[in-house]
Amino acid sequence: MIDIRNLTLSIHGTDILHDVSLQIPQGQIFGLVGESGSGKSMTALALMQLLPQGGKTSGQVMVDETDVSTLGEADMCALRGNEIGMIFQEPMTALNPVKNIGDQVAETLLIHGQAKKSEAHTKARAMLDRVGLPADRFPLTRYPHELSGGQRQRVCIAMAIALRPKLLIADEPTTALDVTTQAQILDLLQELVREENMSLLLITHDLAVVAGMADHVAVMQNGVIVEQGQTEHLFRHMTHPYTRQLFEASSHQPDRDSDSKDAPILEVINAVREYKAPRTKLFHTAPPIRAVNDVSFTLKSGESLGLVGESGCGKSTLTRAILGLDPVQSGEIKLFGHAVGPDLPIKQRAAIQVVFQDPYGSFNPRWKVSRLVAEPFHMIDALPTDWREKVADALVSVGMHADDMDKYIHEFSGGQRQRIAIARALILRPEIIVLDEAVSALDVSIRAQILDLLAYLQKRMGLAYLFISHDLTVVRAITDRVLVMQAGKIVEQGETEQVFDHPKHPYTKQLLDAAPQIPSDWQEKKHA
Amino acid sequence: MKWPVQLKLGAFITVFFIAIIALSFFWTPHDVTILNIPEKLQPSSSKYLLGSDHLGRDILSMLMVGGRTSIAVALIAVSIGVIIGVPLGLLAAATRGSLIDEITMRSNDLIFAFPSLVIAILITAVYGPSASNAIIAIGIFNIPVFARVSRGAALSLWTLDYVLAARTFGKKSMRISIEHILPNIINLLIVQGTIQFSLGILAEAGLSYIGLGVQPPTPSWGRMLADAQTFIYSSPRLAFLPGMAIVMMVLGLNLMGDGLRDLLDPRIRRGR
Amino acid sequence: MIRFATFRLLSLTLSLIAASIVVFAVIEIIPGDTASYMLGLNATPEAVEALRNQLGLSGSIPERYIAWAGGLLTGDFGQSYTYRVPVSELILDRIWISIPLTLYALILSTVIAFPVGLISAARRGKLSDYSIMGATQLGIAIPNFWFAMLLVLIFAVNLHWFSAGGFPGWAGGFWPATKALTLPAIALALPQASILARVMRSSLLETLTQDYIRSARAKGLTRGQALRRHALRNAMIPVLTIIGMQFSFLLAGAIIIENVFFIPGLGKLIFQGITQRDLIVVESTVMLLVFAVILVTFIVDVAYAAVDPRLRTRK
Repeated sequence: MIDIRNLTLSIHGTDILHDVSLQIPQGQIFGLVGESGSGKSMTALALMQLLPQGGKTSGQVMVDETDVSTLGEADMCALRGNEIGMIFQEPMTALNPVKNIGDQVAETLLIHGQAKKSEAHTKARAMLDRVGLPADRFPLTRYPHELSGGQRQRVCIAMAIALRPKLLIADEPTTALDVTTQAQILDLLQELVREENMSLLLITHDLAVVAGMADHVAVMQNGVIVEQGQTEHLFRHMTHPYTRQLFEASSHQPDRDSDSKDAPILEVINAVREYKAPRTKLFHTAPPIRAVNDVSFTLKSGESLGLVGESGCGKSTLTRAILGLDPVQSGEIKLFGHAVGPDLPIKQRAAIQVVFQDPYGSFNPRWKVSRLVAEPFHMIDALPTDWREKVADALVSVGMHADDMDKYIHEFSGGQRQRIAIARALILRPEIIVLDEAVSALDVSIRAQILDLLAYLQKRMGLAYLFISHDLTVVRAITDRVLVMQAGKIVEQGETEQVFDHPKHPYTKQLLDAAPQIPSDWQEKKHA
Repeated sequence: MKWPVQLKLGAFITVFFIAIIALSFFWTPHDVTILNIPEKLQPSSSKYLLGSDHLGRDILSMLMVGGRTSIAVALIAVSIGVIIGVPLGLLAAATRGSLIDEITMRSNDLIFAFPSLVIAILITAVYGPSASNAIIAIGIFNIPVFARVSRGAALSLWTLDYVLAARTFGKKSMRISIEHILPNIINLLIVQGTIQFSLGILAEAGLSYIGLGVQPPTPSWGRMLADAQTFIYSSPRLAFLPGMAIVMMVLGLNLMGDGLRDLLDPRIRRGR
Repeated sequence: MIRFATFRLLSLTLSLIAASIVVFAVIEIIPGDTASYMLGLNATPEAVEALRNQLGLSGSIPERYIAWAGGLLTGDFGQSYTYRVPVSELILDRIWISIPLTLYALILSTVIAFPVGLISAARRGKLSDYSIMGATQLGIAIPNFWFAMLLVLIFAVNLHWFSAGGFPGWAGGFWPATKALTLPAIALALPQASILARVMRSSLLETLTQDYIRSARAKGLTRGQALRRHALRNAMIPVLTIIGMQFSFLLAGAIIIENVFFIPGLGKLIFQGITQRDLIVVESTVMLLVFAVILVTFIVDVAYAAVDPRLRTRK
């Protein structure tokens, strides 16, 4: 039984957590939900007493009968990994790259004196088997860089539960993973809780994940738990406005009516793009990797087309080819009937613009917004004399102020930057905007606003969108048609509703099954 | 932005030294070209503030004039490194993975196998010793340093979305390198420049000390040390003072470099 | 791992060939005739002609290069013009002073820098950290040959703990020889140790912010255990680079410092070669120095792979 009572935290005098109280009964899953900066991770770190320097806490953090906030560092070390285990968001960096996985799992046992050197590796082997990494494919001598993200997260779990702790804290354990891998990791966690009678504190930004997993849920905003309760009850009766807002944002359906005409403006015909495979032997070249394999589709004027697929499926490569950054090796990409490629005159390429994922990496930090938004004018003959007015118009049309053009980009939040990125994409009045994971890095409430903006702009300007995303919910909300991509191929395409409701290809089914969902009967009450 | 303590201290020392050395263009306490053997090896006095050397020249004046050599050599050597190294680094990054990149980086590795001293030895063996030897030897060694720093920093910038965006706007690699890459690595180059400047002063002193650099009668700190070695038992002051001048100048520059790094590198600033 | 080493060995060979071409080319571009340059203005035409033959200057440039490079490979470095003995003999006599001195300094520098950097990182922000960082800042600013003069002044002239210079030779026993190299090694090592300690500290601090350190702490490791068991080995990667580069600085430094201590090493040989215009000696000695630097770079590269398993599978 974990019992946090009136936990308050400040770091260098800034309030981070305020009066947080929650209980996690033995053998149950507790979901802690909130947007970035809400303090959910800090709650976990306070529980582990691994706060950043300058952190001051008050209140009690009871693990069974012990208040860990009063324990000294030595006692905490004995407790961590033994009574409480923890896994983190980024499995790619969470393991020591220079130690093999066997040693890293065995270390948990050795450090707590729970196994002799000789037995530690036997036990580590058993733990890795337990988390689904069998000995034949994953010997103890494997190094982290030889494993995928999902496999590394399994190693982290093995490390964290090696001593069968009472509580496992999982801080956004699947956020960095693909949806099918996410489902497998979540299943594993659920199974471990059940079989080991462990408690799990599951921290996530994703309401759908907790809906499918947790017994209890707490919703956190600005360091305060605004609402908590038994999961189904909480979802059915959301009493706090923030909970409702979060809920609505995560399943937000922008108000859109698409006005697609039959004229195809972008045609991809049997496109193939290959990469040189990394050399495995000194004098032996491996056959090239086909990142895009015989892909064909069309985008019609005013249409919103989704492209879904997991990481490594080839969607980024396809995007680069469509943007004319890389040539295709065979097949064709036609923009208004002209072949796209590094040879297409830039002026003709101006009809297609792009918005990227990372709101922080999308702008040169040394330029003012006016110059940033005006950069696409490079594509036409000369900078128009009224370029500042045009920049102002573009900024206003995405809900920013005209005065913002004299500021630098670091003065804006992630959501505002994404608006500026859209303004930049709009400045040349393109016909097509490619949205490459354009809302994936945003919190749900900001994401809902950007989706609304996109729907509004499409209606007003008759834009066509190519919406590339790994997030099925978003794609469903914003597109008319959808393409499902797997291993370089489009395996299924059709009307969005049709594909989502009646998927034909097994991979589409697998993707849809893997995506966590809030049970529909919990939601109905809300829509009523 | 608040200046870190070491930046203030370093800038103070550096400016102080440069001011005194610059003063020597207009005025020195004594003329260093005139030998005054009867007044050799004087202790410090009101006439010779820091004493006189084995040829009766005023040590303070010698230090002031000698500093010009150190600064000039180091400054030109850094400029050579920047002017050749930075464009090479940017080019290598813009064409990453290509033959040009490979050739640039491999030739850099090759130059790294020739320490400044070895280059100086080779040049001296062929052309005889001179100050320009020192400049070329140190300058050549600076090229791969700046090429590597620029390439490394530029490579990480090339992966950023704003560079990708600029490419979709049809901008060429050259233009992107100038507009987007260079302004964002300039901080790093300033910091590296300060470090190389101080290393240049040390290297010049070393080369002049062994006679591969500045030749008599031009005074330089390294040469003053070489001259002093004969008198190290009788007048250790002669060896002590130029050495201290080098140490203080280099210390000032290094402190400034460290301070600038803290001030300009957002990664470190955020880490606090 | 074997593939990695083979690849590195290949690039080592290529570097050596490229470096030898550079050295050869620099000596070749001497304005005017090499032989008359070496002999000076008063040489008789017969003497110049004789030297030309002796230098093998008669053939075409590629022929001469191949003859010279082939000679290097077989240990035939040519005949010194001034000493009238094979250059290989001259070098062999001296290399056993310069290389041990460099290695001695490298070991000293590493042995000093490791604990200092470690303590500084572990006690970050405390008084001991600030004092160490201040001292290293000073250490970097000190020219090693000047530091050598100060050491002589203190330990030889005033305290009489060491002799002020000279070298008894290894024939006189290991300890007297080592003792004679101690002051020069300290003078070389301390400034480099300052650099190394700073790199060690910042590399450790950088490593300590990594996610896997947080994972290790979540397993129950203390701060010290996490540092020793996880941070140290990862932090070694940039430190190894610096150690490799230091070898070349130390070797160059050794050549300068031999002057201060009147040690008859390669430095002396090169400077005599320069003043006496004995290009064959200069050319071969420089090539030898460059060879040593390239070899150490190779060793460091292979050491990387020992530290970092990721490098073993990549090229």
